[in-house]
Amino acid sequence: MTDQTMTPEERAASLEGMGCRRKRVEDVRFTQGKGNYVDDIKLPGMLFGAFVRSPYAHARVKSINADAAKALPGVVAVLTAEDLAPLGLHWMPTLAGDKQMVLADGKVLFQGQEVAFVVAEDRYTAADAVELVEVEYEELPVVTDPFRALEPDAPVLREDIKDQKEGAHGPRKHHNHIFTWEQGDREATEKVLEEADVVAEEMIYYHRTHPCPLETCGCVASMDKVTGKLTVWGTFQAPHAIRTVVSLISGIAEHNIRIISPDIGGGFGNKVGAYPGYVCSVVASIVTGRPVKWVENRMENLMSTAFARDYWMKGRIAATKDGRITGLWCHVTADHGGFDACADPTKFPAGFFNICTGSYDIPVAYLCVDGVYTNKAPGGVAYRCSFRVTEAAYFIERMIEVLAIELGMDAAELRRINFIRKDQFPYKSALGWEYDSGDYHTAWEKALKAVDYEGLRREQAQRIEEFKAGKTRKLLGIGLSHFTEIVGAGPVKNCDILGLGMFDSCEIRIHPTGSAIARLGTISQGQGHATTFAQILASELGIPASDITVEEGDTDTAPYGLGTYGSRSTPVAGAATAMAARKIRAKAQMIAAYLLEVHDDDVEWDVDRFVVKGNPERFKTMKEIAFAAYNQAIPGLEPGLEAVSYYDPPNMTYPFRAYICVMEIDVDTGEWQVRQFYALDDCGTRINPMIIEGQVHGGLTEALAIAMGQEIAYDEMGNVKTGTLMDFFIPTAWETPNYITDHTVTPSPHHPIGAKGVGESPNVGGVPAFSNAVHDAFRAFGLRQAHMPHDHWRIWQIAENLGLHA
Amino acid sequence: MSKTHVKLKVNGREVEGLAEPRMLLIHFLREELGITGPHIGCETSHCGACTVDMDGRSVKSCTVFVAQANGAEITTVEGLANPDGSLGVIQEKFREHHGLQCGFCTPGMITRAHRLLQENPNPTEEEVRFGIAGNLCRCTGYQNIVKAIMAAAAELNAAKEAAE
Ligand code: FES
Ligand code: FES
Repeated sequence: MTDQTMTPEERAASLEGMGCRRKRVEDVRFTQGKGNYVDDIKLPGMLFGAFVRSPYAHARVKSINADAAKALPGVVAVLTAEDLAPLGLHWMPTLAGDKQMVLADGKVLFQGQEVAFVVAEDRYTAADAVELVEVEYEELPVVTDPFRALEPDAPVLREDIKDQKEGAHGPRKHHNHIFTWEQGDREATEKVLEEADVVAEEMIYYHRTHPCPLETCGCVASMDKVTGKLTVWGTFQAPHAIRTVVSLISGIAEHNIRIISPDIGGGFGNKVGAYPGYVCSVVASIVTGRPVKWVENRMENLMSTAFARDYWMKGRIAATKDGRITGLWCHVTADHGGFDACADPTKFPAGFFNICTGSYDIPVAYLCVDGVYTNKAPGGVAYRCSFRVTEAAYFIERMIEVLAIELGMDAAELRRINFIRKDQFPYKSALGWEYDSGDYHTAWEKALKAVDYEGLRREQAQRIEEFKAGKTRKLLGIGLSHFTEIVGAGPVKNCDILGLGMFDSCEIRIHPTGSAIARLGTISQGQGHATTFAQILASELGIPASDITVEEGDTDTAPYGLGTYGSRSTPVAGAATAMAARKIRAKAQMIAAYLLEVHDDDVEWDVDRFVVKGNPERFKTMKEIAFAAYNQAIPGLEPGLEAVSYYDPPNMTYPFRAYICVMEIDVDTGEWQVRQFYALDDCGTRINPMIIEGQVHGGLTEALAIAMGQEIAYDEMGNVKTGTLMDFFIPTAWETPNYITDHTVTPSPHHPIGAKGVGESPNVGGVPAFSNAVHDAFRAFGLRQAHMPHDHWRIWQIAENLGLHA
Repeated sequence: MSKTHVKLKVNGREVEGLAEPRMLLIHFLREELGITGPHIGCETSHCGACTVDMDGRSVKSCTVFVAQANGAEITTVEGLANPDGSLGVIQEKFREHHGLQCGFCTPGMITRAHRLLQENPNPTEEEVRFGIAGNLCRCTGYQNIVKAIMAAAAELNAAKEAAE
C-alpha cells in the first residue's frame, strides 16, 4: 500500500501513536539480559565501598578504630565523619529542609545508620574490612513511638537542634517536634462537629512500610582529576535535581558534574532522595582518584533508605441522619524517624495530604499534621503515590466506612450520595484544591454493575447466616474504594523541592530524513517512557513512533527537569513533549506553505502532513518538510527543525478510580483469598492501554502487599524486625490474584493532551479496597477498625476479639 | 585468601578462572565473566533475580559457591536467544504480553520459565503460578508474566507437534 492509497485512519494507525497498544521498545534488551543497571557498570580501577552501620537505634559513638581495617590488604581507605567534616560533608541537607548525618557525628539515631565508609579493591574485601572496624557505643534510651516522643520527659533525639524553636516549616513546640501544618477552617469545622446529627470518630493507622524495588539503591562515582569532571551513575529518579544538590553541597561547579541514571530496576519513591552512600562514593572517588561503586544490599535497603507512610490519623466526620457529610476533621501524628528526609514539595511538609476530603463534596474541613522525630530510619517518601496521597486516600476511605457503620447505611450508597457531581467541576475543595474534572457517579455505577454489587451483598448475607448456623467458617468481605488523586506536581508557583521549581521539559530534534530524537528531564524506572513518549510525538508530529528515539537520564544531554515520581511524567513531561512538538509543527506549517506556494493559513494538518485546504491532493508530508527544513533556503526561516519546551503546568491533574475487592476470609486461620478484584481507572486520555493495565496490575499488587502483610516493624529497642525478604512481605505469583481492569475517560481540561497520569493510582486506591474488604467481612460481627497490615495472625486476632472462635 | 581453580561451561562456552572458595556463583558470573543478565536483588535466596540454570535445574546463583559449580553446565538468560540472535520464544512472549516493566526480575524470571516448561511442558495457570513463586517481581503483579509463560508453552507445543 502506498502513501497515496491509504486512508487517513490507516495512516494514523501506521504511526502507532496515542491510544495504541504499542509493544515496548525497551523489551528487546531487557529480555536478553542486556539492560544496563548501575551494578552492571564496571570501570577500570573501580573500587567498592561498604558501610559500617550502627547496631543500635540510639547511642553515642565514643570512638571509632579503623586501624585493623586499614591494615587489611586490599583496603584503600576508611572514611568517618571526622574525615568528611573539613569538607563540610559530614552532614547533608535533606529534601525536607532538615539535615542528615552522612556519617555518624557523635551519635546515631536509628539502627542501620551509616557510621563509617570502607573502600576496598573488591566487594569481599570491603565486607571483611567492615567487620574489622571497631566502634565503641554508649547506648541511650530509645523512642520508637511518636506519641511517647512528644512527652515532656522524652529523651532528646536531635541534640544538634534541641534549642532551635523554629524549623524549616515553622515553630517547633517540643525538642522532638519537627513541624505543625494546618489547613482548612478549624473553628467552622469544630462547630459543625458539635452540631451534627451524627459524628463518627476513629484513629486510623497507616503503618510504616518500604517501596523495596527489586534493585536496591547504588551509584558509581568517578572523579576525573585531569578534566576536573565528576560523573555519577546512580539509581536516581531525579538526575537533574541530584546534579544541582551535589553542586550546592560539594562546591563543584554544576557544569563539571554529569549525572547519569542508567536503567533503573524499579523506584517507587525509594530512589528520589539523596543518600549518604552517594556522598561517600563521591568523596571516596575524589580522595582515591579512582571510580568508586556503592550498592546497598537488601537489608541495608530496608533498614536505611527511605521508608514510606507511618501516619497516625485521628479522624472525625460529621453527617446528617440521612448520610450527607457536613464536615471532616483530621489530626495526624507523622513519624518521620531520626531526620526529616521526606520528599515533599517545600511548601507541603505533609505532601498533598490535604486531598483527604477525597471524592466527596464536604463543605468544611480542618487538617493538622504534626511531624515527630523518633529512633527510626529517615524517609517518608511517596511509595508509588503522589506525596502522602496514599495516606489521605486510606484515611477518608476508612472514615467513610466507619461513618456507614455509625449510620447503619450501605457504604456504596453513602459514597454515592456524597460524591462531587459532574456539574460541580472545576471543584474547589474545603482544603484548598481545585479538582480539574471528574465524573464519579458514572464510574461508580459502572463498577457496581460490573461486579453485581447487589448480588454480592445477598451472597454475603447468606454467608453470614450459614456461618452463624455453623455451616461454614469462611466469611465474605466486599471492599470498596473510590478515590481522587492529585498528581503531576506541579505548578512552579506552589511546588518546588529545595527551591527547584517542579516543571519538566522536552527537547526534540527532527532529522533531515524525517526521523527524530527526543530528550526529556524525566527518567523511566519501568514505566516504558521510550515507548509512550514516542507515541505522543507520533500523534503530534505524524512521524512513526518507531522512527523516534527517546532519551532520558543523562544530565549532559537532557534538558533540565525534576524527574519521575508522583505520577508526574505524563502530566508534566508528557505535556512538555506535546508543546515542543507543537512548536515544531508551527514551523513545519510555514515550510509546507512555502513549498506548496500558498499562504500559511491555506494549509491544514492532516495526520502526518499539511494539505492545501480544499485540495487534499496537494500536500507535503512531515518527512518532506523535514528534508526541506535542512536543505532548502526558505526566506525568513532559519534552517533546521527542532524545539524545546519547559512546561509549567497551570494546575495538578486529578485522576480517580473505583475499585472493588471481594475477599474470602478463613476465621480460624486468618488466611485470605482475593476472589475478585475489579479496578476502574480514569486517568484521562490513554496513551498506551497495554502499559496502563500493566501499571494497574503492578500497583494493585503493591497495595495487596501493604494491606495484607508488608511492614517495617521495630521492637521497643528500635531493632528492625522485618529487615529481610523473609520477614518483609512481597506477594509471589501464588497469592497474587488476577485483576479485572476497566476504565472511563474524563480528560484533563488544562492538559495539552488531556492525560492525567496513572502509575500510582492502583497503590493509592488499592490499599483501602483490600483493607475495607477485611473490615467488611467482620462488620456484621461488630468490627469498626483494625490496623493494617492484615496478616494472618492479625486477622485471626480480629476474629478472636470478636468472640468468633468460641 | 587462597584461590581455587574452577572450570565450567556457561551458555555453551568453556570458561575457567581462579576464585576464592567463598565466591558466589552470581559474583563470578557478573564480575569475572561480565555476564550481567542475572541480577542481585537480595543475596539471601528470596527474590530469584539471580536465577540461572545449572545442570538442568533452576538455582539461585547467590546461594551457590562458584566452587560448587565446578564442572557444571550453566545457562543464563543470555543463552536463551535463538542461534540467529533473535528472541527465543519465551523472550518474545514476555515482550508480546507485556510481561516486564523495569526488567530487573526478567532475566531470572525467563530463565526460570525456561526450566519450568522443560519440567512441565503443559502447565495449568496454577502450576505456572506455583512454579515461578520463587521469583519476585515488584512491577507487573505477575498477571502478564503468567500469560506470557502460558502463551510460550502453547507455541512451543505447537512447534513440537508440527515437527512430529
Ligand atoms: S539475589 Fe539471589 S535470590 Fe535474590
Ligand atoms: S519488571 Fe520490575 S521487578 Fe519485575
